[in-house]
Amino acid sequence: MTTFAELPAGFADKVLSAQSTFRSVMDAMARPGSVQRIAALSGTPDPMMRGTAAIALTLFDHDTPVWLDVRMSETSHVAKWLKFHTSTPVIADSSISSFALIGDPKNLPALDRFAFGSNEYPDRSTTLILQVESLTEGPAFELRGPGIDGTAILRALLQPHDLFEQLAINVTLFPRGIDVVLVHDDAIVAIPRTTRPSARGG
Amino acid sequence: MTVSENSGKQAQRKAAMAVLAHSEPAEISGRLDAITLPPHENLREPENGLVMVRGRIGGDGAPFNLGEATVSRAAVRLATGEIGFGYTLGRDGAKARMIALCDAMVQSDQFAGLIETKVIAPLRAAMAAKRNRKSAEAAATRVDFYTLVRGEG
Repeated sequence: MTTFAELPAGFADKVLSAQSTFRSVMDAMARPGSVQRIAALSGTPDPMMRGTAAIALTLFDHDTPVWLDVRMSETSHVAKWLKFHTSTPVIADSSISSFALIGDPKNLPALDRFAFGSNEYPDRSTTLILQVESLTEGPAFELRGPGIDGTAILRALLQPHDLFEQLAINVTLFPRGIDVVLVHDDAIVAIPRTTRPSARGG
Repeated sequence: MTVSENSGKQAQRKAAMAVLAHSEPAEISGRLDAITLPPHENLREPENGLVMVRGRIGGDGAPFNLGEATVSRAAVRLATGEIGFGYTLGRDGAKARMIALCDAMVQSDQFAGLIETKVIAPLRAAMAAKRNRKSAEAAATRVDFYTLVRGEG
């Protein structure tokens, strides 16, 4: 019998919720470092945050293989929920995934385990969706790059601590690279591959 | 749950779906309004989509794609955990939701009897009556052809 009490609902209003979430993600990508809010409400399987769930319902479909980290795949709740609402294939090989959901960023695998895309198709890279502890407090980081007038300041409690040092590979790989979306509850910050983050002295 | 119990439930759901999919939305909602519905939520909001309809000429030819048809689907969960699915031809999302709700109630031991007697059985009777009337109407216009045998002598 199909009884899974643990399967939470999707968006209450599919079209408008997906549109407003898409808008938030697009604004976040266009203005790296700015904190965008996700207004859309949906059910969230444990341990997904609201923002992660909304992004999943908006961007995932049968063409976007998704990789789950150990925390996300601890129980089958997340995979079942993704399958039911987005019919996305959940795969075990992170190097061919379009998205990677990271519930425990402390144990983020080395970035070369993900797809960087190719020079012909740089869009075939993995977008990391990292759930972090805070996007308003913590050490300050300075961001530069397209979409930022001068520098932008981001205060965040990041795991792993050297995330931005690891993302330095984006400099040499360009146009290939890794895009990152940081999520905390309903707040999101995007760090696309063109953004150059650095720790602010002090 | 044993296999036979499971397949019995499956057959019951199939039979209910066959009746509901062919019934008018107004009739289903009228019957549903007459009973007290258990608390439920929409797991998947009603949505429209397309399915490819395949055909075979004469029933045994090579399959080909006949064309696309619109379908609506929905999923409903009762507070007790049963999940019902509803699919129907056309763009009537409300009908798909009602079918899903009925499907969920058929699975619940508490409501299966109620939904069978108050909703599905009357609809099935109405459907059978309509079908019989139509075949009676068609039968009334039947013409029997006789071939007269030409006698030799």
